[in-house]
Amino acid sequence: MEAGGLVPAPARPIVVRPRRQSSASWPLIDRIGYWLCWATGIALCLIALAIVVFMFVKGIAYLRPALFVKSPAPSLQQSQSGGFLDPIVGTLIITAIGTVIAAPAGVALAVWISEYGRPVSLARAVESAIDVIAGVPSVVLAIFGLLVFSESFLGFLSQNAVNGSVYGRSFFAAGIVMAILALPLIVGSTREALAQVPDRVREASYALGKSRASTIRWVLLPSIRPQIASGIALGMGRIIGDTAIITILLGVTLTTEGVGSVPLIGTLRGTGSTLTSYVYNNSPAGEGNAPQKAYAAAFVLLMVVLALNALVTRLTGGRERGGRLSALRRALTSRRPQWTR
Amino acid sequence: MDPLMPPPVRRIALDHEPHIAPPATGPNGAGSGAVAPSEAHRRLTRPDPATVRERMRIESVWLAYGENWVVRDVTLPVRKGEVLALIGASGSGKTTLLRSLNRLTEITAGAARAGRITLEGEEIHELEVNDLRRRVSMVFQQPNPFPMSIYDNVAYALAEQRPPRGRRRRRTAELEQAAQEALRRAGLYDEIAADLDRSALKLSGGQQQRLCIARALAAEPEVLLLDEPCSALDPISTATIEQLIVRLRESVAIVIVTHNLQQAFRVADHVAFMHLGELIEYGPSEQVFDRPSQQRTRDYISGAFG
Repeated sequence: MEAGGLVPAPARPIVVRPRRQSSASWPLIDRIGYWLCWATGIALCLIALAIVVFMFVKGIAYLRPALFVKSPAPSLQQSQSGGFLDPIVGTLIITAIGTVIAAPAGVALAVWISEYGRPVSLARAVESAIDVIAGVPSVVLAIFGLLVFSESFLGFLSQNAVNGSVYGRSFFAAGIVMAILALPLIVGSTREALAQVPDRVREASYALGKSRASTIRWVLLPSIRPQIASGIALGMGRIIGDTAIITILLGVTLTTEGVGSVPLIGTLRGTGSTLTSYVYNNSPAGEGNAPQKAYAAAFVLLMVVLALNALVTRLTGGRERGGRLSALRRALTSRRPQWTR
Repeated sequence: MDPLMPPPVRRIALDHEPHIAPPATGPNGAGSGAVAPSEAHRRLTRPDPATVRERMRIESVWLAYGENWVVRDVTLPVRKGEVLALIGASGSGKTTLLRSLNRLTEITAGAARAGRITLEGEEIHELEVNDLRRRVSMVFQQPNPFPMSIYDNVAYALAEQRPPRGRRRRRTAELEQAAQEALRRAGLYDEIAADLDRSALKLSGGQQQRLCIARALAAEPEVLLLDEPCSALDPISTATIEQLIVRLRESVAIVIVTHNLQQAFRVADHVAFMHLGELIEYGPSEQVFDRPSQQRTRDYISGAFG
């Protein structure tokens, strides 16, 4: 009664598995190279681990819930100098301004370059411009921003002195320059994602009588949403972590100092601080010299940026892993199209 | 059986089998004996001549990419109620000719055309291009559903300017009815009725291709272009789609490009054989397959090249 059954497996399966390759037979120079690569990888892991562990130990030791709800206060006693409520709010404001400007602009630029790109010379010029911006050190961007925002016609974005001179330093100024900093990252990831969408998907849409614009709006953009989101998260990480632009363009006040009487606009025209400038100020190198607060704030900053990086990994479906976050990852990546072939 | 309804395609293939290897039992030798069963059978699948109407006309068309002429002086009618198959070796220009019928060639830089292509008497170059492509729809070699739900794939094709998804998605009864109708015409509805909201990328290859046909049918086109629609599919899916093609010709003019001569024989009413950009032979499919007038057609069909 063997009909239809499977061929039975041998009682003692003889399985031949490939043996692990040994480097013993390699030339000496290859072996040295191999071990150097290996050692570098290990060293990098150790450095990353050291940073996280060090900041964790130092940060946890000084981290108090009160730090999150108290404004910084000028005092020589560390117990009197308050917390970092204002810097956290400042980081949020700067990130919001930068993202709100950079995200739509970056996606629009990427779509134009990838999907239209005519005339070609202009597209090339735009690509080069983005590369230039990506390569400019943020301190140079900051100095340039200070120059621009001190012009009197941009006075409405910051404080003005009685004699009419423009201060040029405000949340608006720093946020707008931060948008320039984040732009190349968003453009880059959007363009890469658009390049991965096969042309046959576009053709299929055109063949249904859809215009280029509705193809972009209803087919292309929805299908690359995770990659756009990861580009935005990368840009946000860049904004949160930047110090030069903050120290130069946001003024040096630790607390948020509004201008005028309009509530929100006044704050945005005023000066303040972010977590990065707070860490700088309180480190032994800065004026505040309250290293314990600096460690605590640096720890918070590191956690925020690491969380954003983790989010990027989830969005782009980088690593396959189970665990507590897998449900979130599934939720975030379920929309990601798996292109066949 | 409904006289308009052709018999299943599988039977066509089986019926034709003796003709490919002619039995030596014919009354007047192999030749006439071979033709007879094929013609008897063709008469069954031949559509009612009363329903056949010319939809498009290709008149002395030349097509070029840059300096390179890939289609040379082709004249062909495209009729509703019958299936026109374009056959020929790779590089014979048949796909380019097909793509020029809804001006998809224009996506490629440097594409040029001479001669006239008309849809219901109107030069297609005069028509608004997206309007033309809604009237002359196309299905490609690779199944290419959009990365959205099955329903949205069809609804996207239906919506003029309406958003098919997202917060403003309007799943009106009217739209749903039309989407169901399109899926039914493509013979897919019964299989996937329960999971219209599943991702279209989760369907099998044959189902994806039928979804693409449903999508192409959704806007009620007058002409349906099929570019080797079965070449990426297994024989069972292929048979399903061939049946579908034969069924659809009642309502829409169909042009199919295929490398598969058996398939051309099974589904086509007229066959055009192209070689190196030129139209070598055009005629009713029994004539082209059984009594080709050109030596090159005979060579191609008998497998001498291609």
